[in-house]
Amino acid sequence: MSNVNNAVREVRRISAMAQQDKWLNRVHPLAKLGVTVLYIALAVSYTANEGIGLLGMSVYPITLFVAGDISAADSLKRLRAVLILVCAVGILNPFLDTRPAGHIGSITVSAGVVSMLLLAFKGVLSVLAAYLLMATTTVEKLCSGLYSLHMPKLLVTVILLTYRYITLLMEEAGRLQQAYALRAPGQRGIRPAAWGSLAGSLLLRSMDRAETVYESMCLRGFNGAFRVSAGRMRWSDLLYMIFWAVLLVLVRLFIFQ
Amino acid sequence: MHMADALIVPTVAGTMYAASAAAAVYSVKKVRQEDDAKKIPVMGVMGAFVFAAQMINFTIPGTGSSGHLCGGMLISAILGPYAGFLAMIGVLFIQCILFADGGLLAFGCNVWNMAFYGCFAGALLIWKNIMKNGVTRKKIIAASVIGCVATMQLGAFSVTLETLASGVSALPFTAFVSVMQPIHLAIGLAEGCITAAVLVFVYQARPSLLWGIGTADEDQAKGSKGRLSYRSMLAVIAAAAAVTAGGLSVAASSFPDGLEWSMEKVAGSSELEADGGVYEAAQQIQDMTAVLPDYSFKDTDTVLGTSFSGIAGGIAVMGLCIGCSCLFRFFKRRNVKNSH
Repeated sequence: MSNVNNAVREVRRISAMAQQDKWLNRVHPLAKLGVTVLYIALAVSYTANEGIGLLGMSVYPITLFVAGDISAADSLKRLRAVLILVCAVGILNPFLDTRPAGHIGSITVSAGVVSMLLLAFKGVLSVLAAYLLMATTTVEKLCSGLYSLHMPKLLVTVILLTYRYITLLMEEAGRLQQAYALRAPGQRGIRPAAWGSLAGSLLLRSMDRAETVYESMCLRGFNGAFRVSAGRMRWSDLLYMIFWAVLLVLVRLFIFQ
Repeated sequence: MHMADALIVPTVAGTMYAASAAAAVYSVKKVRQEDDAKKIPVMGVMGAFVFAAQMINFTIPGTGSSGHLCGGMLISAILGPYAGFLAMIGVLFIQCILFADGGLLAFGCNVWNMAFYGCFAGALLIWKNIMKNGVTRKKIIAASVIGCVATMQLGAFSVTLETLASGVSALPFTAFVSVMQPIHLAIGLAEGCITAAVLVFVYQARPSLLWGIGTADEDQAKGSKGRLSYRSMLAVIAAAAAVTAGGLSVAASSFPDGLEWSMEKVAGSSELEADGGVYEAAQQIQDMTAVLPDYSFKDTDTVLGTSFSGIAGGIAVMGLCIGCSCLFRFFKRRNVKNSH
């Protein structure tokens, strides 16, 4: 139950942040998306031999957190799940790759330890970059940006509809789960006999809702797709994109190498 | 099973983006052909349903733990493979951008591992074949469990390949696979049971909602038109083989396989030497006949050679498979004629 409520709260918090009227929020969604994808691609391309260079890549998130007036503390919560996954994959590296890679004082650091730390740091940087994108760009703007990149309109419409109904259906799932928990105190999860009826009734209600949604959309002139527009890219947006692209490539090529 | 950005390198990410994009474009084309505007809101709401249902924890008997739905098989049993695939892309996209569940760069990998197998393999190969001669409660349970287990295994295997091709884990292939597959077997079984329970409930309450029900007669009337023809199937397999052999082989070829790794640990070298006339003669014949020794052009070691070897090998294997199939079909027909 609590994870449903937490998820709903998180969606609302991110949406509210993205809708603020700050300079970073006003940058064209495609410019921000392009920089984010380039940043993540450059960050994950570091190998164990050039691991120290990855420190230079932290210039992007630090600058945006400070200049964009975004709370870094909220983003750290997201790191938990990613770090667990990344560490689970890299946890055996220190045991399997024991070649010495360097020394810190009198302690020899193995190549496996370096590769595991590098993996974790890459995970942190890529999550922070994605968080910065979402904290400053609404899903609608992002989808309109993707549409201007010739993403099929059908797919954009499906993503937008899914996003609009997520909070509604999550709240409904939360209510169902709460009602079940009140009738079965002390029980963890839903017992097998109720699996079908509980999730099934949510599904049937969702389908009924889809019918109603379709009818009301038709009444408002829906013809199979939403009208989405990301607006024109201004010179300042282009400058933002070029500045970060050049800076990040320079950092990747020359800093701490 | 959501992959993070840190687990892959840009080349693997790009290859998987291309593969997933091809499947998405094909699905968009198929859904457009259906020309059913009503289906679009259903896809959106079903995507939101899967998202919400993933939040509900179901108790797994005898384990003390709980599991949740992944949704690929469930959504394609309601919407069909193509619309289901697009709805799953929507779910994965929202999970990626709002909850950092799966990376932005790894999005192509996640779509392939979770949506492609769940919707295409699950619906077209498993659900459709099991429901071919009518739908029953038992068939729904069988299709759900087999579908979820099989698609989860395929997805987990892909995660292993993508991670190893990216070179982020020091774990050898065999050890990685032996960890990943059993865990996902248990997860697949749990998901299969939950999916079966939901689909059986839907079947009893509103059977017309299930994909393929009520259209069996239409499908028969259409003959083979509605199905994926052998030619199309071959084209799909050929494209998948070319992407895997030509693209992934470049990233994967620098790592020793499980057998080489074991030999290196036991004997200190992955190449074992053997003396004697028979071995030398066999070696000479192999040197003369091998067109692409060690997966490269002769006397060179280029990336192009590795890709070419992968594609050429794939074509040779496919030719052999087609040849054997034709041979079997020839003998089968002859046996049927003789028995008449």
